Amino acid sequence: MSENDHIEHTEHIVPPTTYAVIIVTLLCMTAATIAAAYVNLGKFNIVVALGIATLKATLVVLFFMHAKYSPKRTQLVIIAGVFWLGILLFMTLSDYETRVDYRGVQFPFSQRITHVVSRWS
Amino acid sequence: MHRTGELYGQFKTLEQQKETASLGMWIFLVTEVMFFGGIMLAYTINRHVYFHAFAMGSNTLSLKLGGFNTVVLLASSFTMAMAVWASQTGKKQLITIFLSLTILLGFVFFGVKYVEYAQKFHHHLVPGKNFNIFFCRDNPSKCEDVSAEELEEESKELEQAERADPDLNSHAQLYYSAYFGMTGLHALHMVIGAGLLFWLLRESVKGRFTPQWNTPVDLVGLYWHFVDIVWIYLFPLLYLIDKHK
Repeated sequence: MSENDHIEHTEHIVPPTTYAVIIVTLLCMTAATIAAAYVNLGKFNIVVALGIATLKATLVVLFFMHAKYSPKRTQLVIIAGVFWLGILLFMTLSDYETRVDYRGVQFPFSQRITHVVSRWS
Repeated sequence: MHRTGELYGQFKTLEQQKETASLGMWIFLVTEVMFFGGIMLAYTINRHVYFHAFAMGSNTLSLKLGGFNTVVLLASSFTMAMAVWASQTGKKQLITIFLSLTILLGFVFFGVKYVEYAQKFHHHLVPGKNFNIFFCRDNPSKCEDVSAEELEEESKELEQAERADPDLNSHAQLYYSAYFGMTGLHALHMVIGAGLLFWLLRESVKGRFTPQWNTPVDLVGLYWHFVDIVWIYLFPLLYLIDKHK
C-alpha cells in the first residue's frame, strides 16, 4: 500500500440512526433508574442505580464517543483509565470497610452512627 | 494550531494525525475521570457513615428538576454527536444547526441549575453559618414553593433522621457541601464546554470544518460527552439516595 492510499479518509462514520437508537435507550434507562429508586431493594438500590449509570456511560463511550470504532491504542487508554479508577475505588473502600479503631470498634457505618457522633463531637 | 487540515511533518497520514489528537484528548479525559472519581469516592465514604443525613439531604432536592436536566443533557449529547456526524459527512449547515442546539440545551441546563441553586439559597440549605436543614419545617411560610404534603412528609422524615443521627444538621451540611461541590464542578466543566462550543460555532459558520478536517468538533464532542457521563453518575448519586421509603 502506498502512502497516498492512507491519505484517503478512512475513519468510521457512525450513522444518525445509531445515535437515535442510543439516545432513546439512554432516555429509557433514565426512566428505569428513577423507577427503580422508588422500589425498596435494601442495599441493592445503590447497586442497581450505579449499574444502570455504568451501562449508560458505556453506551455513551462506545457510540457517542466512538470508542467502539477507535484504534486499539485508544481503547487501551480508556480501559487502563477505568482500571486505575477501579484500583482507587476498590483499595480505598476495602480499607474503610475493614478498618478497626483503637478500641476494636469497626469503622462506623450508618447503624453505628450515634456511637460515632458521641465519639467525634 | 493547524486550521486547514494540512499534514504536519511528524505524521505520515491525516488519519494518523487525527488519531493522535484523539488519543491525547482521551488521555486528558482519563485524568478527568480520576479527578471526579476521587471526589465521588470521598462522597461515597461520607454517605456511608452519615447515611441518614445524606438521605435526608437528597430528599430535599427536586427530582423533577434533576430528572429534567438529565434528559436535557442526554439530548445535548445526541445533538453534539450529530454535529460530529455532520462535520464528517461535510454537511456544513447542519454542523452549525446541531452546534447551536447543543449550546441551547446547555443553557437550558444552566437555567434549571440556577432555579435549583436559588431554591437552596432560599431554603437555607447552603453550607455555612445559616445552614438549617429544619428551615422549611420551622418556617413553612417562607418555603412557598414546597407543597403542604411535601412539607408534612419532610418533617416526618426529619424526625426519623434526627432520631437516628442527633447531629443531623451538621451532617446534612456535609451532604450539601458535596452537592454544591460536585454539581458546581460539573457546571464549571459545562461552562468551559459551552465556551468551546461557541468557538466551534464561529468556525463552523465560516465553513472551516470539512470531512478532511474536523478534529476540533470531534475533540470538543469527546469532552462534552464526558461531562454528560459525569452527570449520568451524579444524578443517581445525589438525587436518588432514598426515594423508596
